[in-house]
Amino acid sequence: MVDEVIRADGLTKVFNKSLVAVDHISFSVKRGEIFGFLGPNGAGKTTTIKMLTTVLRPTEGRAFVMGYDIVKQASSVRKVIGVVPQEYTADEDLTGYENIMLCAALYGIPRDVARKRALELFDLVELTRFKDKRVETYSGGMRRRLELACGLINRPKIFFLDEPTLGLDVQTRVAIWDYIRRLKDEYDITIFMTTHYMEEADALCDRIAIIDYGKIVALDSPSNLKNTLGGDIITLAIKENIDVTEIIRSVENVKDVKYDGRVYRIKAESGEITAPLIIEALRRKGYTVTKLFLSKPTLDEVYLEYTGRSMRDTEESMESFIRHRITMRRARAR
Amino acid sequence: MSTLEESSPSLVRGLLALTARELKKWLKDPVMLVMFILQPLIWMGFLGKSININALFSQHNISVPDLIPIPGSYLVPPLQGIVYVNGTLLQQFFSNVGSEVMRSTFGVADYFSYMAIGMISMIIVMTSTFSGVSIVWDRRLGFLDKVLSTPVPRTAIIFSKILNAILRAMFQSTVILMLAYILGLQLSPSFTLINILGVYAAISLVSIGLSSIFLAFSIRSTRMERPMQFISLITMPLMFASNTFFPINLMPGWLQIVVRANPLTYLTDAIRQLTIMQPNPLALAVDFIYLTAFAAILATVGIILSWKYLTE
Ligand SMILES: Nc1ncnc2c1ncn2[C@@H]1O[C@H](COP(=O)(O)OP(=O)(O)OP(=O)(O)O)[C@@H](O)[C@H]1O
Ligand SMILES: [Mg+2]
Repeated sequence: MVDEVIRADGLTKVFNKSLVAVDHISFSVKRGEIFGFLGPNGAGKTTTIKMLTTVLRPTEGRAFVMGYDIVKQASSVRKVIGVVPQEYTADEDLTGYENIMLCAALYGIPRDVARKRALELFDLVELTRFKDKRVETYSGGMRRRLELACGLINRPKIFFLDEPTLGLDVQTRVAIWDYIRRLKDEYDITIFMTTHYMEEADALCDRIAIIDYGKIVALDSPSNLKNTLGGDIITLAIKENIDVTEIIRSVENVKDVKYDGRVYRIKAESGEITAPLIIEALRRKGYTVTKLFLSKPTLDEVYLEYTGRSMRDTEESMESFIRHRITMRRARAR
Repeated sequence: MSTLEESSPSLVRGLLALTARELKKWLKDPVMLVMFILQPLIWMGFLGKSININALFSQHNISVPDLIPIPGSYLVPPLQGIVYVNGTLLQQFFSNVGSEVMRSTFGVADYFSYMAIGMISMIIVMTSTFSGVSIVWDRRLGFLDKVLSTPVPRTAIIFSKILNAILRAMFQSTVILMLAYILGLQLSPSFTLINILGVYAAISLVSIGLSSIFLAFSIRSTRMERPMQFISLITMPLMFASNTFFPINLMPGWLQIVVRANPLTYLTDAIRQLTIMQPNPLALAVDFIYLTAFAAILATVGIILSWKYLTE
């Protein structure tokens, strides 16, 4: 059996001869893992998924999915993958059941087999009660769950999820993560997903590739990536107008301290334990902490670390803006 | 590995599933359905009934005195005095001229019937072009990409748009024909239900041609605006430069050339012959040959271009 279920070699996509959406990326995904692409709007996540799922043809480079060449053996690739696109593609006017049976037909799954699987999947994503209701009446979370079920109707070996929780509220997002984990365990699949939420990558992924301007700038497990950031960030201010950098530095677990004349920016491991120690150390020397703010590493900081600049406010193209709007609107439906 | 073998994507299964999706969507959208029926109905009702060409000549419209005095000198210059013409006879004469003119120019006795069939052609053009252009929506909503990531044959996607166009066009024409019949369309005595099959054949040919070429035209766009503008740009001239509203032989020569190249002319003529006229076998054969050629050429070009795009 292949242990490397996806391999990309210098995969590149250039739009309109000038826009390099994906720029010579190489990576491999191991069997059974959840592999995440993390990056801001326009980074090239969707474009990568579209190439791997044979919807777009790469401009350059090669990739293999379950050992099949995505260009030369596209039809073999299509049989072994399941895809949940960024957009909500289920038909509003049809029922959940009709939608999933449509997916089954596209894979040529015999009707009786499809029916059995559909019921099983509805059960798994807890939509059984709603399967004969029109999708129009579904909430954003229910729609995502339906999409997940549709994507699994052909029992894929690899499941591609493009921003599976885009536009959902935090609670629903956490619930969707749960479903994704459950589906993965139930069906023993490898998952390739994209997201621009750090927490999501953190919660779900075994390994993350950070992608920016079409390039992979870092690739590792979430904890390793965060560790390279040097841990959490504690921001504090004291009443006295004296530089206490050295005192702070002497506290255990503090990695780095920067003082800009007003506040101290402290990099520290396990911030929630280190922060009280810092306060205590300062108090013992007679200083009073007036403000303290603890932040966990965010996408911004990972970015800052790997790209040398803050996560840019990408200017979305009109097209992707509209797509996002449609997706968001449907996510927030009901 | 048994899962691999059991799923064998077939063209027919995919085609039927995709077509069923579109038809279900369509049937579940009553507003669109009503609009598509209402529009030709309004045209038929207002235009078909208001342009009452017979009435121009008919006795009820012209009030003529029983005896019309005409100075004799008007008729033959040296003649003196007044000549009386019998008004009733004159009226009858004009009325007959009216029917004759209608018959010889339009081929039927009333304009409403003539116009109603024209409306069927119009609706076929609308439905078929829309069906092709609807791929833009599929693309926009991400549905097309999702379908493309499945192993369903690409031809199933293309043919589903065409089949959808044919089925809708048939359904709508049937409804309009029935409505027109209720509103007073006069079927020719030679009309039988078998003629309907001929009508469906003509409709299918035009639907195939138009939907596939419009599919190819819009499959690359991500916006609806461009194809829609194109549709509105061509449908009006296509309708007016045809025999939809008016017979060809009353048009200026240059226009006749355009009209005779217009497939709508042949479609409308074929349907008229099969429904409200005494069919002329030769003319009917010409209609069908032209429509077949039209469908074959446009479908070939349209399908090849679309297929190329879908498989890149
Ligand atoms: N079909 C296309 N034609 C031209 N440019 C495109 C096309 N699709 C994507 N792009 C451009 O390629 C770049 C990468 O887009 P992509 O959709 O892959 O980004 P993404 O990482 O998925 O971002 P998002 O968070 O917006 O989904 C963007 O600049 C986008 O505008
Ligand atoms: Mg994307």
